[in-house]
Parts: sequence; structure tokens; C-alpha cells
Amino acid sequence: MRFMILVKATKDSEAGVMPDEKLLTAMMKYNEELVKAGVLVAGEGLHPSSKGARVKFSGDKRSVVDGPFAETKELVAGFWIFQVKSKEEAIEWVKRCPNPMYEESEIEIRQVFEAADFAESDPTGEIRKKEEELRAMSESRNR
Amino acid sequence: MTAADAHRAIHAVWRIESARLIAGLARFVRDVGLAEELAQDALVAALERWPESGVPDNPGAWLMATAKHRAVDALRRGKLLERKHEEIVYQLEARQERATPELEAAIDENVGDDLLRLVLTACHPVLSTEARVALTLRLLGGLTTEEIARAFLVSEPTVAQRIVRAKRTLAEAHVPFEVPRGAELTARLASVLQVIYLIFNEGYSATAGDDWMRPELCEDALRLGRILAGLVPNEPEVHGLVALMEIQASRSRARVGPSGEPILLLEQKRSLWDRILIHRGLAALERAEALGGARGPYALQAAIAACHARARTAEETDWVRIAALYGVLAQVTPSPVVELNRAVALGMAFGPAAGLEVVDALTSEPALEGYHLLPSVRGDLLAKLERFNEAREEFERAASLTRNTRERELLLDRAAACVRKPSTQRQ
Repeated sequence: MRFMILVKATKDSEAGVMPDEKLLTAMMKYNEELVKAGVLVAGEGLHPSSKGARVKFSGDKRSVVDGPFAETKELVAGFWIFQVKSKEEAIEWVKRCPNPMYEESEIEIRQVFEAADFAESDPTGEIRKKEEELRAMSESRNR
Repeated sequence: MTAADAHRAIHAVWRIESARLIAGLARFVRDVGLAEELAQDALVAALERWPESGVPDNPGAWLMATAKHRAVDALRRGKLLERKHEEIVYQLEARQERATPELEAAIDENVGDDLLRLVLTACHPVLSTEARVALTLRLLGGLTTEEIARAFLVSEPTVAQRIVRAKRTLAEAHVPFEVPRGAELTARLASVLQVIYLIFNEGYSATAGDDWMRPELCEDALRLGRILAGLVPNEPEVHGLVALMEIQASRSRARVGPSGEPILLLEQKRSLWDRILIHRGLAALERAEALGGARGPYALQAAIAACHARARTAEETDWVRIAALYGVLAQVTPSPVVELNRAVALGMAFGPAAGLEVVDALTSEPALEGYHLLPSVRGDLLAKLERFNEAREEFERAASLTRNTRERELLLDRAAACVRKPSTQRQ
């Protein structure tokens, strides 16, 4: 199963404070461990929300709001995707991560949906079909 | 922390640490079986202690320290003196006396080499293929006997026995815990790759049983492959195998329908293919080719898989290139199965008649007798040539040969579809 590991933003990350060499090295070593253990599938760091934007939806209307956004703790500063056997294993790996920030910080662990997750609540396969259509649509839009 | 929580946490730690732990211990005691027993003992100790004390900050070092204490005790009690030398006790004690951070460093040091030694030992040619698979999943994958038994649909005692026998065989054959050099290393690595791909394939298209796929087993194999790629980064075929597995795994979501029926590659919804895994697969393939491994059997198969992965629709598939790649593969590793796949590619690239010609030459091949994909492919080509009566017979034959329930249903459906097209039937 896969988990998305979300590194929550902090005042520093939102202010664009870059990690120093020591932290960078520690994070690199951690990433290396993840790669060597075969659990790291993907991962990236994100620029501060001041460089981002939001699109708000209301019925057919769309409105664009430029960053930065106020609720720092709810923002994401980076992510990994792990492939592991259990949530506990994901937790174990995250516990081994050096504190990615200079201040108090938080990392959130969220499971990624897989086809099998829908099997129980979707015995007829109807929802799965819809989901496939949705993916097909987003794919054709990306082209 | 409740006992159940602690057990789950310990299991997770075990998944992460067991391979390094066993590998590190094996370096000291020079016996993989004994190393595993010591590691298991440490696990039992953790199960006793951690629910009360909590999981320590560095669980790996805790397990290693505990296992080494036990090794020293066991050796002191003389139980193992027949097998081991006092020198090992001395070595262990010397390590033990150092402070914890140094102990950690001692574990980390050579850990890559230890793991490589462990995987090479687990896949040693003195063992049967089944034993290699079971031992690899157990020692490298951190799987329990029960999990291995479930994955391969055999009983738990059978797996347990296989593992016990394998460890005994290794000890009796005095298989050294080492990394061989040159040609021997290449040969041993080939055995490791074969075992990993076998595990992957068992998960990807189960040879027997009710489920078409066992995705957990695919994940285990992928993980083992990625670990191996980290251990021997300059071996092109390791990257070739990883590329092949990543690309194949990228399709898992698309190759099973809502009620568990298999969906053939060309009918799969490509939007369901996992872009991240495709990206990883293509990158691994590039690495294999950059290392000069473009003609390696796994890299070639990965290159074929990549042709499918790169095509945005089934129609865009570069069948001419696939047929050419199968041509090279047939030279590098000639086999009737490769030839059968080449026939499929030729059929797609140059028309069903071109494919059928190659398949017909294979019908007398003894190695393919009883192989359900031969009549299945032949049926497909015949159906495309609108020879539906013959096609139906072939699909029915294929259905009678497969041991997989889901696949049988699919083949019978195709046979039935041939009956529904009598109007275009040629005599």
C-alpha cells in the first residue's frame, strides 16, 4: 500500500528560509535510506504558498486567489510517497526523518486509495466505473 | 500504548530492520540460519519488553544489541562451540563494549555489503528454486512464514520446512557468507534476479487460485529489486529488471476489471496506468542502457514494456519496434515462449498471417505442450483471420489448460464469441 507523507509548512518554510548544509545533508541521508530500502516512490519539496495560487469553485464560477495563504499550519511544504506494508511501517519511517524544519513541525501520513479499497463498498463496480471515467477525463484534459 | 498497537509497531520495525539485522549478525556468526534465529530471539524479546517500555528511539540498534548479547551468551554456554570459534566471541564482545552510537555506526558500516552477501546466500544455487524464494522473502523481505504460505498458496508447515531445510543445506554445504567476484558474481546475481522476478510474476499473474493478482507480492518483489539496485548500482541487468517490474506494476490497476476479471493489455484503460511507476521504469531502463546493458534479457523485456508504456493509445503502439526487440531477445535468450511473444508482435506489426506462421511452427514444440498461452495466441490470430471455428477450438483448449479461474472464464468468453460470428465464417 502507498502513503502520502505530507510535510506541513511552518513560518520559516512559508518565509522561504532554505535549509542549511547540515539539514540538507541530514535530509539527503534520510532520502537515501528510503531509496535503498525500496520504499520511496516519489517526493518533492514545495515553494512557499506566496508563489502559489488557489482556484475557488462555486457552481460554475471560478475565482483565482493568489498566495500567500494565512493558515500556515494547514499548508503543505513537501511530500513523499512511500510504498510500505502498513500504516505502522509508514509511521516508523517518518519517525526516522530528521526534523525537516528549524522550529516545531509536523508530518502527516495519509493512505493513497487503491482499486481494492473500493471493492467492499462497491460490490457492483459502479463507483469504480465512474472513477475510471473521471480519470479518463482528467487524462484527456492533460493532453 | 496498547499491546496490539505495540505488536503492530514491532512488526513494522521488523519489516524495516530484519534484513540488516540478520545480515549484520551473519557477518559475525557466519551462519545465515543461526543469524536468523538470533534475530528472531531479539524480536521475541522486543515483543516482551516494548509493550511496557515503549518502542525505543533506535529500535534497530536495540534489536542488534540484544541479538549480539544472546549470541555471546549462547556461545559462552558452549552450545555452539562445536560450530563456532572463540574468536567470534571475542569479536562480539569487543563490539559490545563500545558505546551505543558506535554500535550504531558498526551496524551501518558495511551494511550494504552484508545485505548483498545475505541476498546472494539466500539465492545460492545449492538451494532449490522454491527454497530460494522462501528464504529470500523471509530473510530479505521480512515476511512471516504465514505470509509466504498465503502468497504461494501452500501450507504453513510446508514453507516452514522449506526454510529449515534451506538453512540446513546452506550450513552443511559450508556456503561462505561472501560476495563472489567477476563471473561468479554475475552468475549469482542472475539467480537473485530470477528469484525476484519469480516472486513478482507470482504476484502479477498467479499461476493458480481464484485471484488473478496478488499485488502485495508484486510490491515485495519491487522492493527487493529496488534494494538490489541500491546494492549493485553498476549492474545493468538489475536496473533492467527493476524497469521491467516498475512498468508492469504500473498497469496493475488497469488489468483487473471490477469483478476481478483480467483485462488484456490492449484493452486496458491507459488512464489507469500509474504514471509515477512508468516514469520510474523508464528512468531505470535508461540507466540500464547507459550502463551498456541494452541487450540484457531483462532490459530487452523492459524496452518492450516501455513501448507499450509510451503509447498513449493501443493504436499508437510501435509494434514494428516491439517485433524487432523480440527478435533480439530471441537471439539472446532463445526460448519457445519468447518466440510465441514474437509471433504476437509480428501479428500486430505485419498482420495475423505473419504471426500465425510463427505460431504454427511452435505447435509441435514439446516445451509448450500444456502451455495455455499457445492455443490462446493461436486462437486470437485465427479469430482475426475470421477462421472462427478453429479459433473457438483453440480458446476452449486454452481454457482447459489454464489453472487460473479468472483466466479460464475469459478464454471461455472468447470461445463463445467465436460461435456468435458464423455469418462471416469461411469454409
